[in-house]
Amino acid sequence: MNAPLATTATRGVALDVRAVSKQFGERTVLDQLDLRLDRGEFVALVGRSGCGKSTLLRLIAGLETASSGDITADGKPHAQAQAQTRMMFQDARLLPWKTVLQNVGLGLPGDWKAAALNALAEVGLEEHAQKWPAQLSGGQRQRVALARALIHTPRLLLLDEPLGALDALTRIEMHQLIERVWQKHGFTVLLVTHDVQEAVALADRVILIEKGQIGLDQAVVLPRPRTRASHEFGALEEHILNRVLATPQSPISPSGLDAVVHFGALRWAQ
Amino acid sequence: MASRSASQRFARQITPWLVPALIVIAWQVASSLGRIDTRIMPSPFAVLKAGETLALSGELWTHLRISFVRAMLGFAIGGGIGLALGLITGLSRRGELALDSTVQMIRTIPPLALIPLVILWFGIDESAKLFLVAFGTLFPVYINTYHGIRSVDPGLVEMARSYGQRGWPLFRDVILPGALPSILVGVRFALGFAWILLIVAETISASSGIGYLATNAREFLQTDVVVLSILLYALLGKASDVVARLLERRWLRWNPAYQNV
Repeated sequence: MNAPLATTATRGVALDVRAVSKQFGERTVLDQLDLRLDRGEFVALVGRSGCGKSTLLRLIAGLETASSGDITADGKPHAQAQAQTRMMFQDARLLPWKTVLQNVGLGLPGDWKAAALNALAEVGLEEHAQKWPAQLSGGQRQRVALARALIHTPRLLLLDEPLGALDALTRIEMHQLIERVWQKHGFTVLLVTHDVQEAVALADRVILIEKGQIGLDQAVVLPRPRTRASHEFGALEEHILNRVLATPQSPISPSGLDAVVHFGALRWAQ
Repeated sequence: MASRSASQRFARQITPWLVPALIVIAWQVASSLGRIDTRIMPSPFAVLKAGETLALSGELWTHLRISFVRAMLGFAIGGGIGLALGLITGLSRRGELALDSTVQMIRTIPPLALIPLVILWFGIDESAKLFLVAFGTLFPVYINTYHGIRSVDPGLVEMARSYGQRGWPLFRDVILPGALPSILVGVRFALGFAWILLIVAETISASSGIGYLATNAREFLQTDVVVLSILLYALLGKASDVVARLLERRWLRWNPAYQNV
């Protein structure tokens, strides 16, 4: 298990986030945040809704720009290295008018068909190559999105709650798939998730974001593949979960939650 | 099982034609019994006879071809300009700022209100009819192109950008296919409208075409030819709608909503 990791780890990028802040109008979402990712490391970001973990990921992806601070990859400004970064979103974002194969080959020059079929084979979907995305299940669509990211041989893979909308069984299968391709390719992974169990199952380090800063940086030193039933796993999951629950709600969430409860109460009353 | 589904398909194909067939039968029966004055409304059989006579003399095909060319040419000009303007205002905020309010203002003018001006400008030659059809078909295509582009899923555009898609590839692979369902709605609407405008234009000022056929027949009290002309317009309108739907089925076959329509 260690030998392939050592040889492929050079393919991952070392990411350095220094004193990054992000404001949306008056609201400070990220406040002088520092984060380092080693080559080939798998790091999970957890935290309550609106804590800024997705914003941090989008800053690293170059989809938004930081108000201050800088992000470097292998010592160079990360903005110049977008080609080596690929992102998976919560929804698969496949182009519905292109076949599965064409989606995987999106933006590739030359003869990409063979490479796209290879990437599809890696996620176990080569027999669905000619289907439309609308004909696939949610889990299959996310696997196509993963294949679309893998074909570019990224050195940094950003995952923005890619499994949030999937059912529990599909999610466990996806965990195994993501862990397998990560171990094979050796890229660096940053995963944003609501699910603490998912974070503990996959990550080398679990980082809690609260009030725009890092509230907890917890190494997970459990052997892979990890069994959720083990005592150590459960203890670690509970420790992190309690820490997440101890953080006060961020200002955005409560009003939204109230509205939902209120609406529910109205309906029950009738 | 197989024969049952085949008979179900047959029933599905035949059902839409039941009501028109019943109307024609009732119409023929009423004419034969003398309940309808044939000077006001000819019987279906008389209309068929008039069609046969005109077809044999070749007159029918000449007028049909001329009207068809006018409608398609006018639609091509108007739809082309509408598509181009819609692409400009849909893709660029500056283009929207510069052009959209002007186009929206002109859009509120009913095309038929322009007829006196059109006759002054173009007389009664071909360009008058083409202008009217082009003017009327421009706006449905324009509005639907503009809205189609603006309603492309921003998540898909963001994804494509993060995969390095810019400029023409982004337009070809993401924006245009995303706007296409809406653009085709505009095309369908414009095609239907093209025929409405053409009949008016041909009735007012023309020496050929189906509208001329009808006006001319009215002068000689040939009600059978008048009714024939009206039916021809209905058939042509239906035919262009069928073509537009075929395009939808071909270009939007990825969309579950357009499969097996």
